Amino acid sequence: MGRKITIEPVTRVEGHGKVTIQLDDAGNVAQSRLHIVEFRGFERFVQGRPYWEAPVLVQRLCGICPVSHHLAAAKALDVIVGAGTGDGLTPTGEKMRRLMHYGQMFQSHALHFFHLASPDLLFGADGDPAIRNVIGVALEHKDLAVQGVMMRKFGQEIIRATAGKKIHGTGAIPGGINKNLSIEERDEFLKGADPLNIDKMIDWAQAAVDFFKDYHSKNTDYIDNFSVFPSSHLSIVRKDGAMDLYHGVLRCIDADGNKLLDDIDYQDYYKHIGEEVRNWSYMKFPYLRKLGMEKGWYTVGPLARCNTADFIPTPLAQKELEIFKAYTKGKPNHMSMHMHWARLIELLHSAEVMKELLNDPDLQKDDLVTKGTKQKEGVGLLEAPRGTLFHHYRINDLDQIEMANLIVSTTNNNEPMNRGVNYVANEVFNGQKEISEGMMNKVEMVIRAYDPCLSCATHALGQMPLEVTMVDSDGTVLSQRRK
Amino acid sequence: MKENSIYVCGFGNPGRQDDGLGPAIVNRLEDENIKGIATDSNYQLNIEDADNISGSDIVIFVDASIEAEEPFSFKKIEPSAEITFTTHSMSPESVVALCIDIYGKSPEAYVLAIRGYEWEFSEGFSLKAMNNFNEAYRFLLEKINEMLNSI
Repeated sequence: MGRKITIEPVTRVEGHGKVTIQLDDAGNVAQSRLHIVEFRGFERFVQGRPYWEAPVLVQRLCGICPVSHHLAAAKALDVIVGAGTGDGLTPTGEKMRRLMHYGQMFQSHALHFFHLASPDLLFGADGDPAIRNVIGVALEHKDLAVQGVMMRKFGQEIIRATAGKKIHGTGAIPGGINKNLSIEERDEFLKGADPLNIDKMIDWAQAAVDFFKDYHSKNTDYIDNFSVFPSSHLSIVRKDGAMDLYHGVLRCIDADGNKLLDDIDYQDYYKHIGEEVRNWSYMKFPYLRKLGMEKGWYTVGPLARCNTADFIPTPLAQKELEIFKAYTKGKPNHMSMHMHWARLIELLHSAEVMKELLNDPDLQKDDLVTKGTKQKEGVGLLEAPRGTLFHHYRINDLDQIEMANLIVSTTNNNEPMNRGVNYVANEVFNGQKEISEGMMNKVEMVIRAYDPCLSCATHALGQMPLEVTMVDSDGTVLSQRRK
Repeated sequence: MKENSIYVCGFGNPGRQDDGLGPAIVNRLEDENIKGIATDSNYQLNIEDADNISGSDIVIFVDASIEAEEPFSFKKIEPSAEITFTTHSMSPESVVALCIDIYGKSPEAYVLAIRGYEWEFSEGFSLKAMNNFNEAYRFLLEKINEMLNSI
């Protein structure tokens, strides 16, 4: 009798996720699927609302990356108010937004590494689940835990200073921003008491990259061979090929590094990217139209960005990118656990960019908003912590939103996450009769590498326990447990 | 008395109806300008809150709850290393545990859980949640005064 193993929801990622592993009668993996419950109602919810509300409304989507939605919506509305497609804002407008965005990247990447990834690295997939978490890290590696806490706090304070507040920030508005950065605020970040200042953040980010490289050198087989499969990679890059997490043109490379898309204006994204619906998943599967639904899937996020970018325009991160690229001899890197490495390089880059911006006197100027000739439609893209985020709006004559389409980072990674789960399932579940905590955690580890955010915006106490269910091919529950 | 003798932290998403009960409590409390009280609110609790609470004697976490008794519950909590599966956020118990592990400080911690009912994409509370909010707020003010007098 075949068995179906269900891990529901996936631990340490947001929202509802369910992994189903179907075993055949011989106990081998016949099929695996990652089911994600994605809110699709939001696009309808914003229809009829005044367009200028969108940058605040979209923050309802997610309590984890509201800044990314805030800025992507604002970028789309820049087009609608005639402020251009990323190059039309005032220097103060663009740089304040960049500071907000890189603060968001910094705090999110720090949280992921120190809170979600480091337990897997420090304690291993088979480690005691009671300590394989940030509390365990704090007990045994206090210095790392403190750094994680303070880096996250620094990024949160950057967001507060640029967005105006931590909840439902209003900093970005169509055509610009509504505040600059005061000298007092700036100096707090540049010269704040140790450790909450930008120089310490750069030091710690560099130390985090070094930590990973050291770990990698001692655990090469584990890091290099855990879920490796060829993929195309997509991101925005600056027009000259530099990594740019806030604005650029679309680039997609295939598994060998050949450019499938390059220098594409993202206002035309829909000419190049389609969205497939499958009957077993709530979440859509984006694909490159030129390759079709079967072969057109791609990966987004830190690993994709380090693969697509020709270089990083800050010195410390560039040095690390050179090491990263040399490891695969300049070819695209397909090792899932190297996403952690790429994420830390971006952590360092984000800290360097924040320092550059904080020293830029444009942040204290008062020319905040650009106005132009109104358009009916606009697209905003940026590189959110988890990958490329698409916001697309069309308005009517009453200035109401009549169409909205969002492709969130986790949706872009739907197919590669499924492939990663399948890879690991075949590695650890084939021929097994007992399902250990370590086996289950390995499936979760590959999902966690993508840092998916499954649209969890509510979190009220008492919701969403962890359930592990095993059923046979007839659907009969063989066992179930809750965390 | 320290400026942050009591730290009140509301968390939740005001864009999801009753999920915003925690931040709303904090917003209202801030208007009272009570000496000795520090406040903060965010969408979710996270690791930096271990640092935020480390300087206070008493911490009160305020959150909406889908299962609390009506109109609210107020309970002392103990530190717990148990991590909820959604650890892009943390439980109040695990924030306190992290605070102890990192800073060696253990503030007395409580959770004010206000019963909520509606969680859709909308601002404003359901009628029943609004009533619960008012009762919870009156209770919180009395409790804070009582705590300040005992510090």
